[in-house]
Amino acid sequence: MRPDPATVPDGPSAYLDHAASTPMRPEAVEAMLPFLAGTFANPSGAHGPSRSARRALAAREELASVVGCEPDEVVFTSGGTEADNLAVLGAHAGRPGPVLASAVEHRAVLAPVRAVGGTVVPVDARGVVDLDAVRELATGARRDGGAVTLASLMAVNSETGVVQPVERFCEAVRAVDGDTLVHCDAAQALAWLDVSAATSRCDLVTLSAHKFGGPKGTGALVVRGRAARVLRPVAHGGGQERELRPGTQNVAGAVAMAVAARLAAAERDATVRRVAALRDRLADGLADAVGALEPAPRALRVAGSCHLRFPGVVGEELVLLADREGVSTSTGSACASGAREPSHVLVAMGWDEASAAQAVRISLGATTTAAEVDHALRVVVRAVRQLRLGAAPAR
Amino acid sequence: MSGGVDSSVAAGLLVEDGHEVVGATMKLWGGASDSGCCSAADVRDARRVCDQLGVEHHVFNFTTEFTASVVEPYVAEHAAGRTPNPCVECNRHLKFGALLERAARLGFAAVATGHHARVERSPGTGRPRLRRGADVAKDQSYVLAALTSAELDRVLFPVGALTKAEVRAFAERRGLATAAKPDSQDVCFVASRAPGGGPSSGRRSFLEDRMELHPGRVLDAATGESLGEVPAVELVTVGQRRGLPAGGRRRRFAVAIDTAARTVVVGDEHDLLAGEVVLTARTWVGDPLPVGARCTVQGSAHGRPVAATSLADRVRFDRPSRRVAPGQLVACYLGDEVVGSGVAC
Repeated sequence: MRPDPATVPDGPSAYLDHAASTPMRPEAVEAMLPFLAGTFANPSGAHGPSRSARRALAAREELASVVGCEPDEVVFTSGGTEADNLAVLGAHAGRPGPVLASAVEHRAVLAPVRAVGGTVVPVDARGVVDLDAVRELATGARRDGGAVTLASLMAVNSETGVVQPVERFCEAVRAVDGDTLVHCDAAQALAWLDVSAATSRCDLVTLSAHKFGGPKGTGALVVRGRAARVLRPVAHGGGQERELRPGTQNVAGAVAMAVAARLAAAERDATVRRVAALRDRLADGLADAVGALEPAPRALRVAGSCHLRFPGVVGEELVLLADREGVSTSTGSACASGAREPSHVLVAMGWDEASAAQAVRISLGATTTAAEVDHALRVVVRAVRQLRLGAAPAR
Repeated sequence: MSGGVDSSVAAGLLVEDGHEVVGATMKLWGGASDSGCCSAADVRDARRVCDQLGVEHHVFNFTTEFTASVVEPYVAEHAAGRTPNPCVECNRHLKFGALLERAARLGFAAVATGHHARVERSPGTGRPRLRRGADVAKDQSYVLAALTSAELDRVLFPVGALTKAEVRAFAERRGLATAAKPDSQDVCFVASRAPGGGPSSGRRSFLEDRMELHPGRVLDAATGESLGEVPAVELVTVGQRRGLPAGGRRRRFAVAIDTAARTVVVGDEHDLLAGEVVLTARTWVGDPLPVGARCTVQGSAHGRPVAATSLADRVRFDRPSRRVAPGQLVACYLGDEVVGSGVAC
């Protein structure tokens, strides 16, 4: 699939920003089309067309079987950000009290956590959450009379690809107070991990369809039993989605997300093996040719993650040069103006600003090919050498 | 591309001339209390113009460099009772420093900006020369005067040959999104007014957050007698008239500031006159002026140029002239050509 020819130069290209978004799987596109024009009705209506649309929302059964929850525990949302906000703000509204989140969470978690006066848990130099600090903070909160309402830890970091110890996090938090709800932002996980196993002990789980071949604008928050008794809606309106997320459901999006989730899960082992080999080829090639460094051990990271630091190079410049040769990469988080900001993830890992500016997030996905990796290797090596020279060779 | 009309038209003119153009907006400053420069709205405007022109647009984050090269010196100069030149420093270190270096690494032949000034080549040597912009009222050669031929060699000022009216007419003709946008004013990272404050309250509140301000005694230049107090000696500029106790007389000006002694000396207009200005950090666009050469000098962005003689470490005015506030750039011209600069002591 070739991107828009107007914005991508002619010749070979390599889309290596799957952590930002993935192309939709053809099966998911196929699955959603009937619900855009044909079976279009509002699923809350009282007539035949509505019943058809409502039946399509049985997609939540398919999704539930992938995630390992009950179908009625799936709350469809407009995406990962809304799901994260609903988890944090909704839990805090239902049971006001201390909230914890790791320092490397996505802004969609950190911003609502800050908004309710929550506390950030440090990570180690690899970017893994510090479980001793979790215990300490939770114990401190309990001693001060306010047991932690909600603790949030992502399954996979969106920048570094590091897999977090979600299960041990649940144990640590609950050893202090059994009532604390645990939220897991699994937006980056479904393509690479068995989310069902990784998040089985979590009360709330965030999913984002466009990270695994589904459409943008579609996500879900899994709300398990006891969390449902605490959570309050953050938007108010109709009674859809167990009165937790008012608004007419995105039927086509839900159907497509479920299909994409099922296929991603079914193909996961094969995808992980294939993509890990491509990632290793790219990371090893860049280490050999231009001394690229891996900020976090590869063994801790998902198969698609090729997060690197290029000493002597400004990441922002490398991304621009690579883009001009059709290689799409990223430096991590972007602010509203589109400027790159020093990554809060790398800063939390103890990096100084200058080192953080040298990081580039290259992320592979299920559709990545060997030809893309080879093209990227050529382009990035050439670009790094040019940038280190301080000036481009004359053209 | 700041998101203003000048840089938009600069890009448009280059595209019309057939250059391969990439738009870049420098993110220099951010934060809730700033004046709104580098705001998301300005970036959107620049991006829209690039879309209209059919060229790529990028945002470059230079906040670290800007803080170190412009904001910190701005604060330090105030602390020393001097009058800083943040636009000059930004041009020298950011636009024609970090950005020019980045452009070279990325393989671009030149950096173009929307400044009203002209770069021309000497017919014989091909060396770049810096001239005032065609629109005298909008001329920005003063804030570029610390550049040298090494930078100017890779710099283009496409709107420098146009008047502001011509710039706006071009933008309107091309339907550019920024055609009617008002000109920017003042120091971009400092709000002109703090919320609810009066004139220059923005500068005060900006500096207050970053340094200690001290009240100062105001002394009469003639008698040495104390006339009263100012709330912050660091906020007074040589030549300033407003907000100073005048000892019952009408036109009194700050003529000297001593932040260590926390005093401000005020005098009459003639006390502000000086026969010369001693310069440090002198720069030359090309060859230095020989000692004793005639030139004109300008001591502020919109100051009147005065006739002078360039000496080794100073310029001597033909007639006593208004003192240049310490810290201000002094630009030296031959006709409308910038030959060099220095910083007033």
